[in-house]
Amino acid sequence: MIPVLLGIIVIVFTLMYITPGDPVLSILGENATQESIDQLHEELGLDDPYFVQLGHYLLNVLHGDLGISYRSQRPVLEEIMSRYPTTLKLTFGSVGLGIVIGILFGIVSAVRQYSILDKVCTSISLFGVSAPSFWIAMLLVLVFSVKLDWLPPTGSYGIKYWILPVFTMGLQASALIMRMTRSSMLEVVRQDYIRTARAKGQNEVAIVFRHAFRNALVPIVTVVGIQICGLLAGSVLVETVFALPGLGKFIVDSVGYKDFPAVQGGVLWIGLNCIVVNLIVDIIYSFIDPRIKTSYGAKKKRTSVPKRQVAKNV
Amino acid sequence: MCKQKKQKRNTPMRDVMKRLRKNRMAMAGLIILVIILLVAILAPLIIPYPYDMQDYDSRMVSPNSKHWFGTDNFGRDIFSRILYGSRYTLTIGFGCITIACLVGTLLGAVAAYFPKADNLIMRSIDIIMGIPTFMLALSIIVALGSNMKNLMIALSITSMPTFARVTRAQVLTIKEQEFIEAARCIGADSRRILMRHIIPNCLAPIIVQYTLGAVNVILWGASLSFIGMGVQPPIPEWGLMISAGRTYLRDAWYISIIPGFAIILTTYALNLLGDGLRDALDPKLKQ
Repeated sequence: MIPVLLGIIVIVFTLMYITPGDPVLSILGENATQESIDQLHEELGLDDPYFVQLGHYLLNVLHGDLGISYRSQRPVLEEIMSRYPTTLKLTFGSVGLGIVIGILFGIVSAVRQYSILDKVCTSISLFGVSAPSFWIAMLLVLVFSVKLDWLPPTGSYGIKYWILPVFTMGLQASALIMRMTRSSMLEVVRQDYIRTARAKGQNEVAIVFRHAFRNALVPIVTVVGIQICGLLAGSVLVETVFALPGLGKFIVDSVGYKDFPAVQGGVLWIGLNCIVVNLIVDIIYSFIDPRIKTSYGAKKKRTSVPKRQVAKNV
Repeated sequence: MCKQKKQKRNTPMRDVMKRLRKNRMAMAGLIILVIILLVAILAPLIIPYPYDMQDYDSRMVSPNSKHWFGTDNFGRDIFSRILYGSRYTLTIGFGCITIACLVGTLLGAVAAYFPKADNLIMRSIDIIMGIPTFMLALSIIVALGSNMKNLMIALSITSMPTFARVTRAQVLTIKEQEFIEAARCIGADSRRILMRHIIPNCLAPIIVQYTLGAVNVILWGASLSFIGMGVQPPIPEWGLMISAGRTYLRDAWYISIIPGFAIILTTYALNLLGDGLRDALDPKLKQ
């Protein structure tokens, strides 16, 4: 986890370092004197060699300091934290909606394979994975805001403003979750123990949820984890359409201002979030499937057994 | 003299094609893709108006018999722009995924075949995968500048790790098999074993990943162009066309909504074909 995080810092820093254009000019404006430009270069340490700048940045990041935003002159971490809740709400709202819709229709599709409902669900989910999120967002704005005038098109002043963004991203999340639930359930429902459960007279709901669904959960959790990371990073598109002051929009706006500390900090923060999400997903695996937990234990045991055997043989 | 009937050998490839042909949805996807490809190739000949012709007398005209999909805020024919734009979308989609596939497959195969290189290659891949795809592509474009070439470089780099991982996993199992040992025994060198014996045997998941990866690349390309970090105007890239029409959504919905259908048609067809290929290549579904 730590080497990956260090690698991310180095890559993002290097990419910003090689970016053409002088950020000092965008801070001071085109009328700045050469003297003031040189002075700010010195202050920001932009004249230092690459490795010195990277070293300083790494040290600062380890101390929780992501630098000062060139645009607002406020600490980047503070800027990120003021926008983070918006992105977080959007991501988790959408993933929550995606889980409910995706799992429900995924199970129904798998249980009633080749039925009309299955075909409709599969087609809609394929549409969901094929459509760009920003286009879905605009279509929803056109229908629900422009034509029907039911919901506000942009802003974030109350629960009403969150419906369209959450629905846009939730629809996409549900499409992938549904496809994974369906294929994973289809694999499980063909297993012998499901036939055994039916043979002993277990009722269908218990078979689906207790026997089949629980065993189909691992790939679903994986896809949910991937979705959370994807939505954290990809929320920028929906935030742009709905003018939500989130982290993604902050990063894209910072690019325009050549505010490199803000871009670096933002990308790094999202990267860190994804690492944490992946870690949580790994932990959840061991709760869903006890075999994964015991496989770690078994490894230790297995390595100890031959030693004892060797000792006896000797 | 009785004619000897030519007997077709049942090769694995022929089996796969047979199974694919039976899948009607996959064939529909393939046909749609071929049509889009033909449109892209023949675009300059079949578009009714030049894609960049501005007619200020007929700006934001709604769809009619003259302009099938209407005109945009510069009076350019949307139908012509969509047809011409297929060239850019397909170039981005298949260009990036081909580069990513070639580099990724080679890296994955080398990592699996030469244990000494494994750690270095796979840890680098892990780091690239650690950064969310969209953010990595965005950062690369910021560093290189936003235009179509750099967009393609960014998307190739971000799509490459999946191929490396898929190939590595395949090669790790195949390299232990007896026919590889046999090849080594008759004196084949590592390059020949990798290129002639191992890689051709792990093509199945790579082909599936190629098709489904192209969908992602097309969507990411359109998304990056949408936020102004990809293809630049006046190129009629579909994501860019959606973005350009955003301001006029209230008065002229067709400017941004219709190009979206073009994206969906392409990605839907690719998804259908990808799903079909996955089923056809899945050894578990063999009869």
